[in-house]
Parts: sequence; structure tokens; C-alpha cells
Amino acid sequence: MRFQLAWPSHKIPLWGQVMTPEQYLALVTMHGTIMVFFVLTTAPQSGFGNFALPIQIGAADMAFPVLNMLSFWTTFVSFAVMCAAFFVEAGAPIGGWTAYAPLSALGEIAGPGQGMGLNLWVISLFIFCAASLMGALNFIVTTLDLRTRGMSLMRLPLTVWAWFVTAILGLLAFAVLMGACILLLLDRLAGTSFFVPGGLVLGGKPVNHQGGSPLLWQHLFWFFGHPEVYIAILPGMGIVSQILSTFCRKPIFGYRAMVFAILAIAILSCSVWGHHMFISGMNPYTAFVFSILTVSIGVPSAIKTFNWLGTIWRGKVQFATANLFALAFVSLFVTGGITGIFLAQPAVDLPLHDTKFVVAHFHFVMGVAAIFGMFAGTFFWFPKMFGRTMNETLGKIHFWITTAGVYCVFFPMHFMGLAGDPRRYADVTQYKFLATLPPLNHFITIAAFITGAAQLIFLVNVLWSMAKGPRAEINPWRCTTLEWTVPSPPPHDNFGGPPPAVYHGAYEYSVPGVKEDFVLQTDSRVVAGQH
Amino acid sequence: MTRIAPKKIGIQARNRHLRRGLSVANQSKPSGGLLTASALAVFYSLLAVAGIWFVATQKWWFPESISNIAPKIDAQFRLTLWISGIIFVLAQVALGVLIFLFRDRGGKSEYSHGNNKLEILWTSATAVLFVGLAILGRNAWASLHFIGAAPGALQVEVTGAQFEWQFRYPGLDGVFGKVDPKLINEAAGNPLGLDLNDTAAKDDVVMPVMAVPVNREVEVILRSKDVIHSFFVPNLRIKQDAVPGLAIRIHFTAEKIGEYEVACMELCGLGHYKMRTSFTVMSAEDFQKVTKPRRVSSEDMSSAWTTKSLAFSTGGWPWSPSSWACSCHCSCASSLRGLRTRYPCGARS
Repeated sequence: MRFQLAWPSHKIPLWGQVMTPEQYLALVTMHGTIMVFFVLTTAPQSGFGNFALPIQIGAADMAFPVLNMLSFWTTFVSFAVMCAAFFVEAGAPIGGWTAYAPLSALGEIAGPGQGMGLNLWVISLFIFCAASLMGALNFIVTTLDLRTRGMSLMRLPLTVWAWFVTAILGLLAFAVLMGACILLLLDRLAGTSFFVPGGLVLGGKPVNHQGGSPLLWQHLFWFFGHPEVYIAILPGMGIVSQILSTFCRKPIFGYRAMVFAILAIAILSCSVWGHHMFISGMNPYTAFVFSILTVSIGVPSAIKTFNWLGTIWRGKVQFATANLFALAFVSLFVTGGITGIFLAQPAVDLPLHDTKFVVAHFHFVMGVAAIFGMFAGTFFWFPKMFGRTMNETLGKIHFWITTAGVYCVFFPMHFMGLAGDPRRYADVTQYKFLATLPPLNHFITIAAFITGAAQLIFLVNVLWSMAKGPRAEINPWRCTTLEWTVPSPPPHDNFGGPPPAVYHGAYEYSVPGVKEDFVLQTDSRVVAGQH
Repeated sequence: MTRIAPKKIGIQARNRHLRRGLSVANQSKPSGGLLTASALAVFYSLLAVAGIWFVATQKWWFPESISNIAPKIDAQFRLTLWISGIIFVLAQVALGVLIFLFRDRGGKSEYSHGNNKLEILWTSATAVLFVGLAILGRNAWASLHFIGAAPGALQVEVTGAQFEWQFRYPGLDGVFGKVDPKLINEAAGNPLGLDLNDTAAKDDVVMPVMAVPVNREVEVILRSKDVIHSFFVPNLRIKQDAVPGLAIRIHFTAEKIGEYEVACMELCGLGHYKMRTSFTVMSAEDFQKVTKPRRVSSEDMSSAWTTKSLAFSTGGWPWSPSSWACSCHCSCASSLRGLRTRYPCGARS
């Protein structure tokens, strides 16, 4: 993709062919879909959450282990169906991950990539929604019902809060997307017209649909789509809070404010979907309402950032790779979040909508930041998961290349967006107003390839450490939460007996008068904390 | 990037005795390396520098603004840029500096669960700042959307289709004629399905390029024939989706004569990236010439078009004059009794 943007109509090295526009758009669509659903939604929540949440609240397992497995395998089926879309005769879908109707509702007459591949895409998302709903229910019930003695809500690690609230968002959002997928599939296959108005003419031929609304799809999609952004980023925020507190050896700054900020973000995120639709033809008066609600999300986001900085303040920052990624998350979140203030204002959004500015914005805030949360989580929990420690030197090399790389890739994109560079264009060379872009495109593409290659270092580190890494202690980071009281890796029922009682909040570090600089939540000898 | 300034090493030396003194309280060896701390501080500060550089060069920036609404949008953008730019620089530098200052040098962290006064302070400060900014931004939005076009504004119907734009002018009567999707016949030069039995339709002019007179308000009525497109003229700072089934109105006044571009900004299928056409702002007289409806019989078609093509070549159209004289399109137009649908060859490919 990046190669095509930098050198359009050039043969791609190692492949030896010129990329066609439909191949480009198919890659854009599938990249967006797979990243959003199968990486950003699945990994931080179902991956880390399933492992760490039950231990952190003192439960032997999730509330419904069978449902959990079912959710996992359903996600797997969904992924298989999605991948199949690459291989059908009609081609992979090219309508972007948002699949705006009526382009997506009309079938093959709307052009290449709108046939069987898109059917599979919709079916895959439907299955994915089912899997996510099962997972979300499980997380909610587990958090509410399976907390051990003493684990009050205000003693939960912020990771648990984040997964819990993410699950609630998932329950609300995926239900809507599931319904939308059914309607879209009916439009495509059963001749209904939920999203297709009358009087359409495609390729000179009238279309036999009437009475639907294209904006309805956007409303339904974004009612799911905006909470989805927070589904991707909230677990990262939880992980970062946990790691910053641990590696600054300091209680998290403003625990209650952090919890309320998570809740505020979640509640607001369900009422801002219209900011994706400022130029869609929706009633312009609603745009102003959505604008105010959207900038309001900046407030809890700022609270979180201030509290992270407050945690560093007078702490002692240790540079384990996990913490490097957590600190970089704060930087990325600021960079990606601040551009949201531009896009949240309908007037400023006018020239920026659907340009690379938006691409840069969401890649920073929900893409790279969330992935940095996952890197941080991997380095942090790896010893607990596999009983071995990851290589710190490789970790740091990977960190530096990746951090510098993602900034080189996505930072200049903001300015391409100002120039008006549209997203989802296979080739911009015919536009005079975009004539200044090629040098930036070359730079970004080279940076992207280097950054991509650097991910091999991470892969090697994970695989090598799994097999050969040095054995980890029970609590290598000298952390306070419950998962660090059990052997690495934990036994099947986590605690090998009845779970322990909890006496403290989650982040009791550097308590005065205590010899160690951390107090385990299970430590009954020390009286500490406000909760 | 990982260079350390010489004087920072002095700080390390000063701290060495501090660390030694606290070695009893400190069970593990300090892992907050000076090198990493400095590198992080430098890196996050460099981000701020990079941001300032990009803004200062203005090499990749908005194209020239030519509409009455553009200065308002640009002003709001600049205000937002100032506020968010300051926040960005302060936050990145603060992150770097805090990491450097509070790197692990032994000793114990401060034991604190936070500070409610600070929480209230920064919560209300950001709330006032962000919400205030959004309220200020209402003005530019309102002048585009809350107020309609003034009476007497020139109306242009803009229709998006896979993968071309059509621009319809109502002609002398100022009234758009009836259209019927059933009458659409691209081969006959009637891409919008004009009903020629309607007298109002007879002087409608349909063009694949957009022309507007300078300093006169234009009201665009935006439609789509098939899927969602988005009408974007970067120099106007105006972007609006064309949604099938809806007629969306936006209005602007173009204030500078010249040739600009229209791009489609909503993914509409394979040819989305090629859905380009020209947007020309011209003097009122030139505009009259270009869009003046004239009944043309088949016999004088070729001469009419030749004259027209000369007018275009002097008017500086983006398309080559020869393409305007293309006979195939002239004959298409002639079949439609007085309705002229002009297709420069280049625009159809």
C-alpha cells in the first residue's frame, strides 16, 4: 500500500507487478477491517483480559469458561470467513472498513469488489459480533460476581476497570453492528431497501430499490464505530496505568479520577458518533451538538494524561522495556488526541474530513497507541504467562526503532491532510493541488518499511524468550496486584486453592515505614492506602 | 538522538553520593539509566520541534483560499492550532523533562495518591478551553449551514455519479427543468434524464466541468445518481457529501478568478480517485458566455461549437480547446433539441 502511494504505477519489488486500484482498495479495506476487529478489538481485551482479569480479581477462571471458548472459536471462524474474502472470484471488498451504503448494498452492479467478497465480509462481521457479545457478557459477569474477599470496586486494578468498561461498551456497540449487518445482508441478498433510496441509476440502468436511507447505515455503523475506538484504546489505558505506577514505584495519581475518567469516556463515546458525519448531509444543527459532546471527551482524556504525568512526578522512573512503551503511549495519546480537537469542530473538519489528517489522527490514537499498550502488556506479563523473561536489549532496540518509526510515518500525514490529500486514493498524481506531496510520501514509505521490518525483532524476541528466556521469579517487577502472588505461569485454577483475601488498593508503592517499596494487595500485615 | 549533553553527566556525578547514601533503603539497583532518560527527554522534545518546523515551513499546507467562508474556517483552524500546538509542545516536553528529572536514582518515590484540588483545576480548565473553542467554532459552521443562500444567488445543481460530476445550470429562466431517471441516456447526451417536454428544461445547461462567476453567491444543490460521493473544492474549504435520495444545499461566494479542482472525497468505487474535474471562477461576462443557453439546430452545430471553443480557449479553460470542438459530442448534443450537453473528450475518459 505504502509503495503504491509513493511510487504509483511502479512495479512492486519482490512481487513484480503493478498494483491495480482494486488491489489497492482491497488492501485498504482488509487492512482496516482486520486491524480494527481482529487485532485492536480482540488482542487487548480477549487476549490480555482473559489471562489477567480473573487472576487480578482473585477468581479461578472467567465466569463462563465454556462461553469463553465458544467466543474464541467463533472469532476464529469469523476470521477464516474474512480471509476467504481474499480468494473468491468476485474479489475482496473495496469499500473501506466502513462499507458505506448504498455502494455496499447494491451488489456486483456497483463495480468490482462489491460481490461475494463483500458478502463474506458482512457475514464475517456478523459472526464476529456474536463472538464479541459472548466475550463481553463474560467479562461483565466475571468482574461483578467473582471478585475475591476484600476486592471492592475501588480496589480493582485500573486494568480491570478498563476491561470491564470496555466489555460494557462492546455489549452495547456490537449489538448495533450485528443488527446493521443483518440489514445490509438483506439489502444485498433479499432485495430489501433499508439503505438504498429510490431512483438510483448505475451504469445507465435503473436500480430496483426504493425508500431506504443511506444515512441510516452511517448512523448505525458509527453508533458502533465510535465506542469501538474506545474498545480499542481503553485496555491500553488500563495497562499503561498499571505499568506506570509499577515502574515509577508510586501509587497511581488520582485513582478515583482515573476510574471516573474511564466511565466518562465510555458514556460520552456512545453519544458522539455524529462527528464522523459532519459532512454527510445530516442535519447541520445536530453537528454542533455532536461537536460539543466530542470536545467534552477531551476532558476525561486530559484528566488521564495529567494523572499519568502526576504519577511520574516525584516517582522514580525505571526504564524496563514495558515502561518505555507505556511512557511512549502517553506521548502518542497526546499527539493523537490533540488532533481530535480539530476534527471535533465541524467547521475545521470541513477541509480535513476524509483526508490524511484523519488517517494520521486515528492511527496515532487508536492504532499505534493501542498497539503500544499491547507491546507494554506483552513485556509486562510475559514472565507471568510463560515463566520466562523477555530479552531487554532486543526489547529496547525494537522500542526505539518502532517509536521513531511511527512518528516518522504518521506525523507528516497531518500536513498532507492540510493540503487536502484524500484517503483511499490509489493515486493522487493527477491533482495539481497535491503536487507537493511526493517527497513526503517517499519519506513515509521508507519509514514504514523500516518500522515494519523492526517488528521482526519483537517476533524473534517473543519466540526466543518463550523457549530460552531466563526463568522468571514469581514477582519480577515487584508489583502489587494479585497475579504476582501466583507461580509463573499460573496453575490452571490460578491460585491452586481458595483465592486470597485482599486488604489494599491496587497501587500501594513506596508506603512510608514499610521496608519493601511495594505492598501486595494480599499483605495483611501492613495498613496502607485510603481505600 | 541518543547524544548526551556534557553537563548532564555532571548531574550523574552529583547524584552518585546520594545513591550511595540511600543504598540501604534501595533494595534493587537503580534501573533508570541516565542514557535512556536523556534520550527520551531529547526524543520527546524533538517531537515538539518537528511539529513547530512543519507548521513554520508551511510547505505542506492548505491551498490558497478563494471563498467568503474560507477565511472564517482558516481563522478557526489557526486558533485551534495555537491552542493545541501549545498543549502538544508543553505535554511532550513535560513528559520528557519529568522522565529525566524523576529517573530512578535510588531512594524512594513520594507516597501520594493524588491531589483533588489539582484534579478539579485541570478538569475545569480543559473543559472551559475545549468547549469554549467548539463554541467559537460555531460561527463558521453557522454561516455555511444555518443561514441559507440569499435570494438571487446563482443556483447550480451538482450531481455525482460513478465516476464523474455533472453541473446543471438553470438557464435564463432561473428554473431547473424536470428530470426523470427513466429518461437518462448517456449515449444521447442526457446524463441527468432531463424531461425536454418541460419548457423549463429546454434552456438548462449541463456541463462536466464547473464554472461560477466571481463575487456572486452560488448555491449548490448536491445530488447523487448512484452511491455516496463527496464534493470537495480545497480552495473553497468546502466539502459536502452527495447522498442519493437527498438534495443537500450549500452556498459560497468565490472571490478570485482562476482554475481550481474538484475531487471526490467519499469512497465511491473503483474510479473514486479519478473523479476529478475543474472548478473555474470567471468574470460575469465570461460566465454568461459559457452558460448562455442557445437554441442550436443540427446544421449550425459545428459552427456554434467552434465559436464556443474559441471562447473557451481565450477564457483559459483547463481542457484543451480541441477537445471542446470534438464533433462526436456536438452531434450528441444536437439530437436533444436545443439542450446542450457539453462533453470535452478528456472529461469522459
